[in-house]
Amino acid sequence: MNDLFTYTLRLGDDALIAAQRTAEWIAAAPQLEEDVALGNIGLDQLGQARSLLQYAAEVEGAGRTEDDLAYFRDERDFLNLQLCELPNGDFGHAMARLLYFATYQHLLYEQLLGSADEILAGVAGKAVKEVAYHVDHATQWVLRLGDGTDESHRRMQAGLDALWPYTGEMFASDPLVQRLDVAVDPAGLEQEWVRRVTRVIDESTCERPTSAYQHSGGRDGKHTEHLGYLLAELQHVARSHPGATW
Amino acid sequence: MDSFQATIDADGRIEPRDAMPEGYRKTLIRQIAQHAHSEIIGMQPEGNWISRAPSLRRKAILMAKVQDEAGHGLYLYAAAETLGVDRADLLDLLHSGKQKYSSIFNYPTLTWADIGAIGWLVDGAAIVNQVPLCRCSYGPYARAMVRVCKEESFHQRQGFEILHTLCNGTDAQKAMAQDALDRWWWPSLMMFGPPDAASTHSEQSMAWGIKRHSNDELRQRFVDMTVPQADVLGLRVPDDNLRYDEETGHYSFTEPDYEELYQVVKGNGPCNKQRLAHRVKAHEDGAWVREAAAAYAEKQAREQETAA
Repeated sequence: MNDLFTYTLRLGDDALIAAQRTAEWIAAAPQLEEDVALGNIGLDQLGQARSLLQYAAEVEGAGRTEDDLAYFRDERDFLNLQLCELPNGDFGHAMARLLYFATYQHLLYEQLLGSADEILAGVAGKAVKEVAYHVDHATQWVLRLGDGTDESHRRMQAGLDALWPYTGEMFASDPLVQRLDVAVDPAGLEQEWVRRVTRVIDESTCERPTSAYQHSGGRDGKHTEHLGYLLAELQHVARSHPGATW
Repeated sequence: MDSFQATIDADGRIEPRDAMPEGYRKTLIRQIAQHAHSEIIGMQPEGNWISRAPSLRRKAILMAKVQDEAGHGLYLYAAAETLGVDRADLLDLLHSGKQKYSSIFNYPTLTWADIGAIGWLVDGAAIVNQVPLCRCSYGPYARAMVRVCKEESFHQRQGFEILHTLCNGTDAQKAMAQDALDRWWWPSLMMFGPPDAASTHSEQSMAWGIKRHSNDELRQRFVDMTVPQADVLGLRVPDDNLRYDEETGHYSFTEPDYEELYQVVKGNGPCNKQRLAHRVKAHEDGAWVREAAAAYAEKQAREQETAA
């Protein structure tokens, strides 16, 4: 398979699956302002997914569209990070995931801006501003929850701990990113990511998780059991009416 | 109070600092709060389809729409707060069932076509109800409605477009669209409230310039606007008595079953319990988050004080 196609799909799938989870918060958030904010964030993620999947389809050159890629691929063909597909959990988990994921996306898009691939650089140029807001939003909440009440501190710590073992996968290098000169090798982002995330966690009075074990497999299409259900829901109407236009 | 009546008589605007009769204030609080509650409960039947929207473009449009509704809720609660109440107290009244929201949201969204039908019919009916509110005598409510109506008319076009695509699609898609119209037509007519003869709040609200047209006038306006659009879609309005009257220039139509409306208002609609339970759960699940935010803000304020 074409390296550029696979690489673009990885980034697009991350954004698509993240958007699907973020959208689950709409009409279920702790306060109305948060329904609006998470709606914004989900829309940003979905917009990034659409640009990237459209581009992946174009690179592939097989006549597929963004919707073919989103709705008519099976679990094993999705290349997103497992971090993105895990169920939402409570609001502390949600903000832990957003802090981890958006900080990673921000570093990634900052570098991708300089890519020789004009489309990827263009997507990154728009997305980097969006994810800067996501990082800011997550940071504000991690501080409030970490340094709020005893209960919120406990829950924030639990969220940070539960998702930490899914962060290592973000920085895994492989021959594809090493070969593909328009790609960003994520291994180079890890140190700065740890620095940024640690600063927020320290200020929140929580403890940075130390678990050394890290899950992996998403980039090879090996997922948690949760992705299948997420996709069943996402895809079922489109698959029930193959060939239909919406 | 003479100045209040003079302002009303001159078709002017009452502002939060102006003197107003207690009944006027209470009526507005009730109406604006119910309107705000309707926006946030209305997020549920449509939010029900975000995860399953059949294309990424439709998913994005629907997410933006449901998000707009949260925004409408926010500025309507803010408008109510200008009358001396708190959003938190109004939410408590919603959660305890003491204040209502629009009955239409107690019907289920069963297929993707329902998202089109809600946009076209429910937002269409809401616009007919709300456009006159842009001239409501209470300034903050009137101004909030200007913005709400702009976004609602955008939503209505999107709903129509969903159905238009379905009606030009496969047989199954077209059947889905017709089924949605069959189910949403009557509840949409009920959105204008009971017939004029049975409407309890109308007369005083008209005198105060809160309401500008009667329920039956607005219902007629909605039917006249909607039937030609159904023709464009190639869908059949489920009313055997629907006729265009050349002389009056209006459609004659069958009145909806108001007994059903009263039952839904009383809490016996298909989704009353589900909608309220979902709202209460979101609120209760979020209590620790709101408490944490308040505690954190207090700590920050204390620290700033100490620093100063």
